[in-house]
Amino acid sequence: MAMLSFERKYRVRGGTLVGGDLFDFWVGPFYVGFFGVTAIFFALLGSLLIFYDISQGNETNIFAFSVNPPSIKYGLGLAPLNEGGTWQLVTMCALGAFASWALREFEICRKLGIGWHVPIAYSFAVLAYVSLVVIRPLLLGAWGHGFPYGIMSHLDWVSNVGYQFLHFHYNPAHMLAVTFFFTTTMFLGLHAGVILGAVNPGEGEVVKYGEHENAYFRDFICYSIGPYGIHRLGLFFALNAGFWSAVCIIISGPFWDRGWPYFFDFYLATPAAIGNIAY
Amino acid sequence: MGSYSSIYNRIQVRGPFDPGVPMKPGSDTRIQSKAFSYWLGKIGDPQLGPLYLGWSGAASLAFGFIAIEIIGLNMWASVGWDPYAFVRNLAFLSLDPPPAKYGLNPLVPLGDGGWWILAGFFLTTSILLWWVRSYTRARALGMGTHTSWAFASAIFLYLSLGLFRPILMGSWSEAVPFGIITHLNWTASVSVLYGNWYYNPFHMLSIVFLYGSTMLFAMHGATILSVSRFGGEREAEEIVDRGTAAERGALFWRWTMGFNATFESIHRWAWWFAVLTTFTGAIGVLLTGTVVDNWYLWGVKHGIAPSYPSVYPSFPIPDEATRSVLQ
Repeated sequence: MAMLSFERKYRVRGGTLVGGDLFDFWVGPFYVGFFGVTAIFFALLGSLLIFYDISQGNETNIFAFSVNPPSIKYGLGLAPLNEGGTWQLVTMCALGAFASWALREFEICRKLGIGWHVPIAYSFAVLAYVSLVVIRPLLLGAWGHGFPYGIMSHLDWVSNVGYQFLHFHYNPAHMLAVTFFFTTTMFLGLHAGVILGAVNPGEGEVVKYGEHENAYFRDFICYSIGPYGIHRLGLFFALNAGFWSAVCIIISGPFWDRGWPYFFDFYLATPAAIGNIAY
Repeated sequence: MGSYSSIYNRIQVRGPFDPGVPMKPGSDTRIQSKAFSYWLGKIGDPQLGPLYLGWSGAASLAFGFIAIEIIGLNMWASVGWDPYAFVRNLAFLSLDPPPAKYGLNPLVPLGDGGWWILAGFFLTTSILLWWVRSYTRARALGMGTHTSWAFASAIFLYLSLGLFRPILMGSWSEAVPFGIITHLNWTASVSVLYGNWYYNPFHMLSIVFLYGSTMLFAMHGATILSVSRFGGEREAEEIVDRGTAAERGALFWRWTMGFNATFESIHRWAWWFAVLTTFTGAIGVLLTGTVVDNWYLWGVKHGIAPSYPSVYPSFPIPDEATRSVLQ
């Protein structure tokens, strides 16, 4: 059932962290495990709560659907269900589901005898989410500082929070995060391009391997980081994009409450200053 | 391979210098400047070079050098040739495009944006020649030109910002300035001027592909590192003749999310995500101000943006303005 030709020999017992053999089985292509059960529980409950919250409003436009966090006046306490309490429950479900997913990935890694790189990488994405809806609201003292769960409403939140700091591009951690995002995407294009170019060389050419991939980048930019190095570099840059995104929003508010352009005043006021220029 | 590092190499192999595989006729020879770098070896292959110059590479470097010189010297001139102020203010200095009054006139006085046009010309020529190099080097090795077409997508975004959109708008002043802080100011301004780019659907798509690319590289990079104990980083070999590394990598994702790519198809996903980031971004740029004047009102019209109640007076007057009138 839903098995690849080579899959059967890999479907062996063991590698679980919790539950022993009890949940050590597959459903279709999916591995279950104890954390599969908890993941499906949290994901289902969270989705139903989102549908419930939407059903309490009169909105019919899918772009305007939104599960909103409670008002600031509730601080770090629990809010009534229809005043942001549902958002708090949905957030708890999301955290439960993400944690279950990461732990389930660890179990699958153990079962396949491979490294733990994917679940560790995934935790960086979860960290970015936790920064937005847990760490920063905690530091600011109200769950109301979390972002709303809706297609347009979360964009409005990003836009509004950005302009509260006048010009978010001046946030140094934001600069780093954006640079890592763009560079990761460039590396991805370069890596995918050379692999596809090696194995799809065109009419009348034989397939090429690592030697040619190295030769191509040495000819093109004088350096080839190599087949192992590019995956390490790509992973490192991707994780930094997530990490600095988390930093850039955590420092906005708890550690810096003025416009971000003012952050550079210290630099322009250094004793090294000779005159001032208009910009 | 058997080692399990994920941050840096603990062992560096110093084999003989790899001079590179033979190239097809019509290529120059490689300059065999043999160099190994200990610090590059910490993250990847320690070998630096050989160097291939070729006519397009040499011309590209020359044009690029001229562009950087024009930009740098203009910035230096803007602080009265004070070397100290130049270094200190570098991030805030700028070479701006001509003001709107010149329209698309190519003959603008140098000090009033003419240098910007020249720098743009030299930089664009340099980039296009570098693209030629990306193409000819692939062909000289008998490889596909996929890298070149991905690069072309990035160039399309660059040209949309600095050339195509200014032409459509009829003015060089619409283009991006050369400057670290000033290009950020331009980005924020263009968003606000055209009614908030968060409502621009092509900006939405571009961000989806940007984040998606980063997610894909994290997933792909982590998968390959995790199966490297089985030789998984030799991807072309695994594509042609599947081994246990490819099987385990595929099964990890199949068991996790019910679906898996192959060692070849993950690179097709990756290529398209990276290419579409800049391609959809460029379309969003080209539509702004030409087809759509205000993305927020566009969103309201097409039912994706909420229409907020008007809570401010119809024409708010800043306090400072009234105060100065009263004085």
